[in-house]
Amino acid sequence: MSRITRLPRRDFLSMGALAAGGTFLGSRLCLANAAARGKRRPRFVLVVLRGALDGLAAVPPLGDRDYANLRGEFALRPPGEAQGALPLDGFFGLHPALKFLHDSYAARELTVFHAVASPYRERSHFDGQDVLENGTPLPHASQSGWLNRALGESSGGARRDSGVALGQNVPLVMRGPAQVTSWSPSRLAGPDEDTLARITDLYSHDPLLSVRLADALAADAMVAQSDGMQGMAPEVARVGADRYAEIVHAAAGFLRQEDGPQVAVFDTSGWDTHANQGGAEGQLAGRLTALDRGLATLRAQLGPAWNDTTVLLVTEFGRTAAINGTRGTDHGTATMALLVGGAVAGGRVIADWPGLSSRSLYQGRDLMPTLDLRCVLKGLLQEHLGVPARALDSAVFPGSEHARPLRGLLRA
Amino acid sequence: MQQLSSTIAANRFGLGARPGDLAAIGDDGRGWLRAQLAAAAPVLPDEGLPPSAEVLGQAFALQRQIRAERRSGSDVQQKLPQLLRPIYTAEATARFRQAVLSERPFLERLTQFWSNHFAVSIDKQYMAGLAGSFEREAIRPHVLDNFGDLLVAAETHPAMLLYLDNHLSVGPHSPAALRAGRRQRGRPLGINENLGREILELHTLGAGGGYTQADVTSFATVITGWSLGGGIGPFADGPPGRFVFRSAMHEPGAKTVLGRRYPDDGYGQGVAVLNDIAQHPATARHIAVKLARHFIADEPPPGAVERIARAFSDYGGDLRRVYRALIDSGEAWEQPLAKYKTPGDFIISAYRGLSLPADAGHGPLAPFELLGQRTWQPGSPAGWPDRSADWDGASALLKRIEWADAVGGRLGSRRDAAALAPQLLGANLSAATGTAIGRAASASQALTLLMSAPEFMRR
Repeated sequence: MSRITRLPRRDFLSMGALAAGGTFLGSRLCLANAAARGKRRPRFVLVVLRGALDGLAAVPPLGDRDYANLRGEFALRPPGEAQGALPLDGFFGLHPALKFLHDSYAARELTVFHAVASPYRERSHFDGQDVLENGTPLPHASQSGWLNRALGESSGGARRDSGVALGQNVPLVMRGPAQVTSWSPSRLAGPDEDTLARITDLYSHDPLLSVRLADALAADAMVAQSDGMQGMAPEVARVGADRYAEIVHAAAGFLRQEDGPQVAVFDTSGWDTHANQGGAEGQLAGRLTALDRGLATLRAQLGPAWNDTTVLLVTEFGRTAAINGTRGTDHGTATMALLVGGAVAGGRVIADWPGLSSRSLYQGRDLMPTLDLRCVLKGLLQEHLGVPARALDSAVFPGSEHARPLRGLLRA
Repeated sequence: MQQLSSTIAANRFGLGARPGDLAAIGDDGRGWLRAQLAAAAPVLPDEGLPPSAEVLGQAFALQRQIRAERRSGSDVQQKLPQLLRPIYTAEATARFRQAVLSERPFLERLTQFWSNHFAVSIDKQYMAGLAGSFEREAIRPHVLDNFGDLLVAAETHPAMLLYLDNHLSVGPHSPAALRAGRRQRGRPLGINENLGREILELHTLGAGGGYTQADVTSFATVITGWSLGGGIGPFADGPPGRFVFRSAMHEPGAKTVLGRRYPDDGYGQGVAVLNDIAQHPATARHIAVKLARHFIADEPPPGAVERIARAFSDYGGDLRRVYRALIDSGEAWEQPLAKYKTPGDFIISAYRGLSLPADAGHGPLAPFELLGQRTWQPGSPAGWPDRSADWDGASALLKRIEWADAVGGRLGSRRDAAALAPQLLGANLSAATGTAIGRAASASQALTLLMSAPEFMRR
């Protein structure tokens, strides 16, 4: 028991030791890595799981002595048993619905972070999502998002204009000074070129609408012209009712192009499981299945570009450690984050596991945060997109100097 | 040139000018709005829309049938959506028609504002069949009342209790929980804090309004037992689909919320807390900020927020007084086009301005789906967001233009964009838009340009 609980902690500590090895040297190494990759273009997909995904359900700490008792009827059985969890490192497991992610772990393309949290410590979804996206320690402290600011600071890793939000509008995390666009499949034919030219003209003195329209037309042109995206529309039409499948197809369609956007963001909802959450089967299992299938589709659709891709899944906070009175879980604190992709140095769980005993829980009810999500984000942005360390501490995540980037998240 | 006053009154406070509206309003936009506050709150014309108790009664009966038939192997899973979807369509269509045809559009906008403030979202079970009746029963009758009355009506409505899971929440020391504990089987019963939290965070004090996790937990125990009748299993007794206070599920004893101790008198304990937090200064401020953001600017001017909040506090939450303070705020009349229209605003104002038919035969709900704001589906209890950045995405703009083009193409020469532009846009009509419409290659294109114009995208 004690031996396996130490495993993830040691992994975490070794990462920390690496991080302590000097920022300057580290950033030079990172740039050298990026240069050594030559023409490979990094791709990054951020998936925002809105509603607070229960990290203890998605990545159950099967080896924790308090887990089964806290989770009661919804505690997952050990790997190998009927409807059992999928094995990770002997201590943690994956929810049985996450089959693709489990295959990715085996292929060393998935890194799991646990007991992770943004700086937000209250329990409002809406403020929690705001902090998750704005990159500051406080809700509503910024009108722009960390991913947009990172694009603006990216030195060669990603171009300033290389972000796309899949959806009609741009979520906060992607809003800001760097030009980004949004795209969603259309069901109407659209105006002819003459009408569009006249509207473009009409918007010429409107700083907002002129930029928005130009971006939208550029994204549409990319869809229309690219060989890679020919045939996307029928695919999308076929999966019509399923917004998530549409979005995944579109994200892959953009990212696999050699001169297209390098960063895509989209969100999924339905994770706010206050009642009848279910265990190996049920409400949450259904959502996780759809999420897992979407990621499998993303990988298949990206083709060879998957090797240059990282996909990060984050949620605003976790849920109560114990099941509540209505077979669900209420708003909590720490949770998990997942990093998957061909560029990921995976097959690891990175967690300084705090334990689930009543004394170890945050405010006696939630998983205690032991890893600042910004450490993950900073390590990823630095290594993958070439965002300089100094920019990460100031412009991208203001007031985060103490949150050192996790190193070695990507394949060398 | 039309007066700015009528333009702002009709387009920002109302739901968009119809031909002739601006002339009728004249130069007294404030007077036009105040007059709309005078009479009782408008109701939807009776179109045979079922009350929520009836919808829930049918839904529960159907679920019992589904359970029974499952035992015999037949699958009737699809029956619940088959029951609820047509109700949703009828309700959303009736609401849309009312918005398009209303002579008191300020009141309709306020109804939509409060319905969004107390949002239920149709992506949760039963809500497709209840969102409309919730608005008609709990919101609409109270938009000119006291905020406290509106609050109690919304929080005790079966739709809200179901949406935020309170009907299942059980006090850990309630008779029901103790009974279950003695039987030593099944799971322990306890609270669900969802409704308690969202009342404090979203409906009254606002995040940062000075409450703690202890207040959330305590308030959640206060409203244990707030449930509804006619459900499945232990919720079977009581009038189907109506509010029921289940004393057996209620946590006994006095409780403290926001530093004040409330003795236990069952149902009344929760109402006492609601009445107090309805009057709380943080609630006054939270409501004032939301109203000012909706009617004045994304970043509400502090002076206006202050005046609206003071009216809220001085008059004990009398909403007529609150709206008058809003109308009297000079800031609301200074910056034309400060607000970017939501998709709903955009669609409704186009229907009103172009006199489009919003009846069931014309598929009136399709544009809401196309433009990304399906009625009563904000996806979370926070409701739809209310800032430009939430709605002004590139793809969203192109969708509006595509839809405008489809509408323009359908209408062709049956509408005259050049004649309509000054009647709809009034003082906001720019020379550039007027010229572009005048030079359009066809009547259809002129209409597309009118609806795509920068001043039609905003209010």
